[in-house]
Amino acid sequence: MIAPSVRREWIWALRGFLWLLLAGAYLALERGGNAYLQRLVILFLINLMLVVSLNLFTGFTGVFSLGHIGFMALGAYASAILTLPVNLKAVNLPDLPAPLASIALPFFPALILGGLAAAIVALLIGIPVLRLSGHFVAVATLGFLVITRVVLINAEAFTRGTRTFAGVPPFTTMGWAALWALLNVYVAWRLKHSPLGLRLLAARDDPWGAKSVGVSIGRMRLIAFGISAFFTGIAGGLWAHFLTAFSPNAFYFSKTFEIIVMMIVGGMGSVTGSILGTLLVMVSTEALRNLEPGFAVGSLTVGPLYGLSQIGLAVLLMLLMTFRRQGLLGDRELRLEAIAERLERWLERRKTAIEAPRVRKADP
Amino acid sequence: MQALGSPEFWVQQLINALGLGSQYALMAVGLAMVFGVMRLINFAHGTVMMASAYIGLLLLQQGVPFPFVALGAIAGAAALGVLMERIAYRPVRGAPDVVLLLNSFAVAVLLENVAILLFSPRSRPFPMPAILTQVFHPGGNLFLPSIHLWALGGALLALGGLGLFVTRTRLGLAMRAAAENPTAAQLLGIEIGKVTVLAFAIGSAMAGLAVLFWTAHVGTINPGMGFEPVLKAFVACVIGGFGTIPGAVLGGYLLGALEIALQGLLPSGVVGYRDALVYGILILILLVRPGGVLGYLEAERV
Repeated sequence: MIAPSVRREWIWALRGFLWLLLAGAYLALERGGNAYLQRLVILFLINLMLVVSLNLFTGFTGVFSLGHIGFMALGAYASAILTLPVNLKAVNLPDLPAPLASIALPFFPALILGGLAAAIVALLIGIPVLRLSGHFVAVATLGFLVITRVVLINAEAFTRGTRTFAGVPPFTTMGWAALWALLNVYVAWRLKHSPLGLRLLAARDDPWGAKSVGVSIGRMRLIAFGISAFFTGIAGGLWAHFLTAFSPNAFYFSKTFEIIVMMIVGGMGSVTGSILGTLLVMVSTEALRNLEPGFAVGSLTVGPLYGLSQIGLAVLLMLLMTFRRQGLLGDRELRLEAIAERLERWLERRKTAIEAPRVRKADP
Repeated sequence: MQALGSPEFWVQQLINALGLGSQYALMAVGLAMVFGVMRLINFAHGTVMMASAYIGLLLLQQGVPFPFVALGAIAGAAALGVLMERIAYRPVRGAPDVVLLLNSFAVAVLLENVAILLFSPRSRPFPMPAILTQVFHPGGNLFLPSIHLWALGGALLALGGLGLFVTRTRLGLAMRAAAENPTAAQLLGIEIGKVTVLAFAIGSAMAGLAVLFWTAHVGTINPGMGFEPVLKAFVACVIGGFGTIPGAVLGGYLLGALEIALQGLLPSGVVGYRDALVYGILILILLVRPGGVLGYLEAERV
């Protein structure tokens, strides 16, 4: 038996090591200036926010939302309209109503307003829709996604319709993305271990049982839906100010599918799982995407393989659903405590293994 | 174009609604049959339609006469439906609903991207024979596209045949029994597995038939073409009542009528929002009458 105080030191050491590693990696990237890698890291952080937020609702409640990319779109367009410089507005969005046409907000308030727009819409549709269950929420939220798309395409005064919305200032730096992703992960983690989170998980695992001890399932779900939509909207805003030009096509089914696969791979209901899932799926799709223009194996050349990364995602999802439904972590978390304990035990064993032969040598 | 509200206008609207509704009914029936036997909202239904269209195009390019192209496309759809059940759905039978739903997403994305890989993402023209594309002028300002007649006739034949099958034959009754109560049906010796395969085969064949009309309407095919029809088929099923064949047929025709009505009556500035209204109505129906117009199924509430 190891004294608890010893273990706590281990945990602090691990925690410190982890933060140093992250900070070191961040600084190295910042200074190193590898544009491709920086780009990937920013996309990773934004995807991470989308996945953690989706998990915060779908994983914690067991209710599938297929409409989250609609919230991302709301956050993206809302914040982009707010930050677009006034002279560009006159050119690109000539029919924009008066108060919007003459203002250009700084990044932070625009992001927050985008997130709030998404959250308000989520509450408005959540109040009726979340009373349904299972399939029906999935279909209703899919309906919301389609409605969002139709509105984006038709509200040309605000969105330029199907044409590219361009000229968004490139405000999203790695620092912004990292800060928001950290905050999002922190909120999701705290939420999961809060009374609200425990009630959500209880209601997910046994709705009738949870109801019988007084959990108001509908209200809990609505709160989770709102928080989830807020961060999804923020992620949309970050994404808009990273790419600086986009069109409604970006916010549709393939993006929805991508973040669902990321969430499933990590484990529904697991915050640390979302990090692993996002990382794993992004690395593998990025690898497949690099093969898409075609490649050569020895003398054999393989022509363009467009769609390969999506095929990979689809096959991955089917294999997971068949053989490991809970994903990597299920709804458990990777905890420093558990890792520290393992590490300690392992070191303990090594110590005895090293000392044991010495003892034997001294024996005769 | 006829004057708004004139008798001719209404006749024209009726023709259009019946033509479109027949397509939706054929698409929705397959979704409903599969939902009935395995509680799966088969999202990949639309990609089966897409694949079936490409099979048709390949046959056409080989110089096969059109009637055989149509048969080949329908048979191909049925075969693909059966294959899909075997590979993607049978291994996860009995799993939570969401697992099946996600697998159907995976199948849809897989098929769509295989099509992109094989045929490129571009739209291709699908040359239809003149008997499917000509437009009659029966008098006045009326337009009667022959495709509407074909769709209506095809739907009546196929759906009528299906109706006879599920009410008059042992296998058809077994399928309805399995949809009503799988456990009891199994206790009475009905082979659920066989019935499920049959539901996929018939449902996909109906989709294969529907896509011929859809393609004749649109004129081109592309790998992403299955997305819109499958959503429309969902809406039709929800309107009529999910999981029943009569519900799907009724829902299909109601959806056709609704779309044509919105198209004809909405002011031109708002007409682009038609689909948003259609899905808004979908959400509304889910809320106030989750069992659809025919009201078989009660949605669980929490």
